[in-house]
Amino acid sequence: MHDKTIRRRRAVLALLVVISLALLTDYFGGSSSGPLHSVQQGISTVLSPLQSGASTVLSPFRDAANYVGSTFKAQSELQTARDKYNALVKQYAKIAYEGEQYRKIAATVGLDNKYGIGNYDPLYATLIGADPVLWYDTITLDKGSDSGVRQYDPVVAGAGLIGDVTRVTHTTSVVSLITSPNFAIGASIENQSGAAGLIQPQVGDLGVLELINLPPDSNVSDGQLVVTNDLRDAKNPTVQSYAPAGIPIGTVSSTNPQSSLLENRSERVTPLADLQHLSVVQILRRRNN
Amino acid sequence: MDFNLHLTLRIAIIAVLAVVLQETFVSQISLFGATADVTTLTVMAVGLLAGSMAGAITGFAIGLLVDLVMFQTVGVTSLLLITVGYWSGRMRELRDPSHGLIPLAVGAIATGFTGVGMAVIQFLLGVDAPVSWLLIQQIILQVLVNCLIALPVYEIVRRFLYRALPRDPRARRRHAYTTSLSPLQRPSERLGGARARTR
Repeated sequence: MHDKTIRRRRAVLALLVVISLALLTDYFGGSSSGPLHSVQQGISTVLSPLQSGASTVLSPFRDAANYVGSTFKAQSELQTARDKYNALVKQYAKIAYEGEQYRKIAATVGLDNKYGIGNYDPLYATLIGADPVLWYDTITLDKGSDSGVRQYDPVVAGAGLIGDVTRVTHTTSVVSLITSPNFAIGASIENQSGAAGLIQPQVGDLGVLELINLPPDSNVSDGQLVVTNDLRDAKNPTVQSYAPAGIPIGTVSSTNPQSSLLENRSERVTPLADLQHLSVVQILRRRNN
Repeated sequence: MDFNLHLTLRIAIIAVLAVVLQETFVSQISLFGATADVTTLTVMAVGLLAGSMAGAITGFAIGLLVDLVMFQTVGVTSLLLITVGYWSGRMRELRDPSHGLIPLAVGAIATGFTGVGMAVIQFLLGVDAPVSWLLIQQIILQVLVNCLIALPVYEIVRRFLYRALPRDPRARRRHAYTTSLSPLQRPSERLGGARARTR
């Protein structure tokens, strides 16, 4: 009897491990339209009302917990924020004047069309699920294809880009964050050189991105703004975002010493968006293909 | 282990609740820069309470649900949580731990194992992006945060499963050893009992 119990226990364990490995192999090697992906779509569609409902019901508790956590954090950030505020007030006066001038000129020469922002239709979406693992892969939003969301639509929150839509169901969409190892996007530095490279994450560190493949003569310095450019690479599955040029991603936080005049540079970038406290985000829906 | 429908239903409810709660609530709350992981703790609690087979099956089911709902590579989380559930159950069956802080220690080890195991599997599957050393710090922080909630999660799961759990034969044996005939009982009590009977 005892031996039978042991045999049964080992058999069940072996069966579960084999099933897991089979699923992993099939999913990893299969195409994105395979049966397992369809099952995922179906499960997500079925569970999305439950997720959405639970998210709404639990939002007061979540807000309360985040409020307590934010209070501790806010104490330490207050002084830094004051210093930044004073610096920004000075900059604002200058930028406000320049912005007014720019709007007048843009309306005249149609810069909106050049940047392609006019081809996007912003849609507010609420976060209803977040990835439980430490790899900060994905979040789930409460808007899907029924609302006109399509794969690779860019997603922004607060100060800048947070990722792009990688999966869409009728009622939900899954966003790969800029900190996901499956995400990369073309980016440029807003300085005189306008150097362009590729933004990719430092997996596990929410506060750092890498801007790689910069030309040697990029003339980068700390604090410069990094924005999207409209690069898409058909051969690279991670560089598929339809983000229009000019969306802020982050600021250069530290510059690496250049080892050779011929080698491309890479710089560290601090993202502008706070990925740990997302609640409402904006999906930039494409109006046409 | 005989099939127990009542227990199976209760574990199924716990599994769905754990996954929904994790994704709609717990994952969105940051404590010391890390988020807690109640799915691992739930599997650990089921293993400690219901045994290795129930633990392994619960780990598989919760892992599969997490992977399906979050569009992750299906099978990765299942593989890790099967190990957590089975190992927690075997610990109960072999060591029969009775100390009140056991769920905390097992929860910490299970969380650390899940974090490191996830990193190893991701590396094996191939990661193009550079990986920061802060990932290790995040794993340690998550272990600490999970330590804080391990006992409450265990207690909630225990209360929910209590009526459906089969009576533990070891507990029955322990009870038998501490009756009035047991040499483990204090002599004063035995003598007191004898005096009471002679009167």
